[in-house]
Amino acid sequence: MINQAFFFYFSAVIVATSLLAITRKNVMHGVLYMLLLFFHIAGLYLFLNAEFISAVQVIVYAGAIMVLFLFVIMLLNLRDDIRKKQFIATWPMGLLVSSGILMVILMAMLTIKTGAHGVWGIAQLERVTQTVAIGTVMYTQYLFPFEVASLVLLVAIIGAIVLAKKRIK
Amino acid sequence: MIPETAMFGIPQWLWTIAVIIVKIAIVLGGVMLHVAYATYFERKVIGRMQNRLGPMVVGPYGILQPIADGIKSFFKEDIIPTNADKPIFFMAPILGLMAALSSLAVVPFFNGFVVANINIGLLFLFAMSSLAVYGVILGGWSSNSKYSFLGALRASAQVISYEVPLGLSLVGVMLMAGSLNITDIVNAQSRYPGGMYITAQWLGFFVFVVSAIAETNRSPFDLPEAETELIAGFFTEYSGMRFALFFMAEYTGMIIMCSIAVLCFLGGWTLPPFVLKLMPFLGAVPGVVWFAMKLYVCIFFYYWIRATLPRYRYDQLMSIGWKVLIPLALVNIVITSLIKMLVHPTGTP
Amino acid sequence: MPGTYTPVGYLPVLIFLIIALGFGLGSLLFGYILRPRRPYDEKLSTYESGMVPEGEPRQKFSVQYYIIAILFVVFDVEAVFLYPWAVSFDKIGLYAFIEMILFIVVLVIGYIYAWRKDAFLWD
Repeated sequence: MINQAFFFYFSAVIVATSLLAITRKNVMHGVLYMLLLFFHIAGLYLFLNAEFISAVQVIVYAGAIMVLFLFVIMLLNLRDDIRKKQFIATWPMGLLVSSGILMVILMAMLTIKTGAHGVWGIAQLERVTQTVAIGTVMYTQYLFPFEVASLVLLVAIIGAIVLAKKRIK
Repeated sequence: MIPETAMFGIPQWLWTIAVIIVKIAIVLGGVMLHVAYATYFERKVIGRMQNRLGPMVVGPYGILQPIADGIKSFFKEDIIPTNADKPIFFMAPILGLMAALSSLAVVPFFNGFVVANINIGLLFLFAMSSLAVYGVILGGWSSNSKYSFLGALRASAQVISYEVPLGLSLVGVMLMAGSLNITDIVNAQSRYPGGMYITAQWLGFFVFVVSAIAETNRSPFDLPEAETELIAGFFTEYSGMRFALFFMAEYTGMIIMCSIAVLCFLGGWTLPPFVLKLMPFLGAVPGVVWFAMKLYVCIFFYYWIRATLPRYRYDQLMSIGWKVLIPLALVNIVITSLIKMLVHPTGTP
Repeated sequence: MPGTYTPVGYLPVLIFLIIALGFGLGSLLFGYILRPRRPYDEKLSTYESGMVPEGEPRQKFSVQYYIIAILFVVFDVEAVFLYPWAVSFDKIGLYAFIEMILFIVVLVIGYIYAWRKDAFLWD
């Protein structure tokens, strides 16, 4: 009962803030709605018994990626943008693409079948904590994807520097 | 799971919430008192170090000075610059203070006294300290002033740069304790022969202290509010109570950083086993006394550094963070895990 | 089953967040009641050492800030990978150690590249 109430609260706020984030003309306000959005997603994770993911959601998305966004926004000249009637001339195209994605998601949702229960039930997670569970699974079973992730991060470092530092001494 | 009624016909869940609220009130009251007197302590300590007396007028030895300052900030006129982005200008100090205050939820002050004993206590602290940057950026950006903007830009780059070594420096502690729950970390420390992780994690402690000072924008890393260049940095345009909120957030942040240092490196509310063996009567002293004493030493250290060192240049500040502290923190992680491998080669399932 | 788990341990955190918000709002409201309001144009103008403010307050700034922000995102993610590893180190032993050394080595390559390209240099 209380779980459903929280779920509806979180999802309602998530939908509302994401709509507000893309419709505000002042980009800074949009960013703040996104911040609120990330918090509510973190709340949803808590109710899925995923406290580590919830903390990472706040640390990485709200604490790191949004700060990067803010740095980009601070360079934009907001005053001119606010006066404009609309930012994006190609929004019908975007609407088309996103409704296509929505269709795919809906079709997937209707045909999805939940698999067998894994070993990590609520009681098991309460005993060993989710962080330890993620650690033991990720660094034994999913060893290879983890190492690939390090390469992805390496590409991110190199790409950022190549793009930003065109003039290399 | 939840009994229908408990004492005096009041349902159990209401009692639970009441207990939580009382705990929060105690923590907030205690910390706010400490924040107020941390400013007094700072002025006295730095005054003495500079051969002055510090505040002496309000009350005996100026003891009522922080209270007078607090009352004054309520009566000060609130000035919002005409071109400011009002909603964001309004929100920024509240956001900063919220991030700082709610970190207190996971700080255990003595054995068993913590508002929220969650499994990911340390991560919660990291999450909240990464949100503290929003108060700074939004405050500086919305003021629409050159000084505020430059101050915010500097402050945010500084804070995010030092967040990386701050997080990495505590990985050594996590390795040794095997937990992210702060109470567990303190208990693991009291089982450890040295009694304090600083004996094994001195490199991590050094990285932590330097990045904590930079993270809270304190001297010698107080570039964002370098008075001679930027007036007051990101809160130049703030006055009265809003300014006081930023100020409270800064001092609360300092107390939290000191608490993390005490809990993760200095044994929290416990004493090292060899000290207790030598002087067993010390075990009768309540843990909160040891916690407070260690905390005051850390805070004094902050002031001592402020009175001693000159401010760094901005390029020096950034290169200390990226070129010195991050490699040191990574070396510390590799060494700690290597030693742990050699001690427990097979692992303890 | 989804929807059957209630994170009871986080209730104090929620209450703390609400009280912290109330504390901030409450002290502002209290100040709002007590303080005087006598605004005039000069008082409300942006502070610029007593001069009339001139030009745009938000100027272009060095691209260095973006590089720092992007590098911060990468290293933050790296640190996030390290936390579960450190906590579960006892349970996974030697494998985990070798893996993490490999992970750190790959990132150190990127770090050295960034250093060589003067990404940490301010001018």
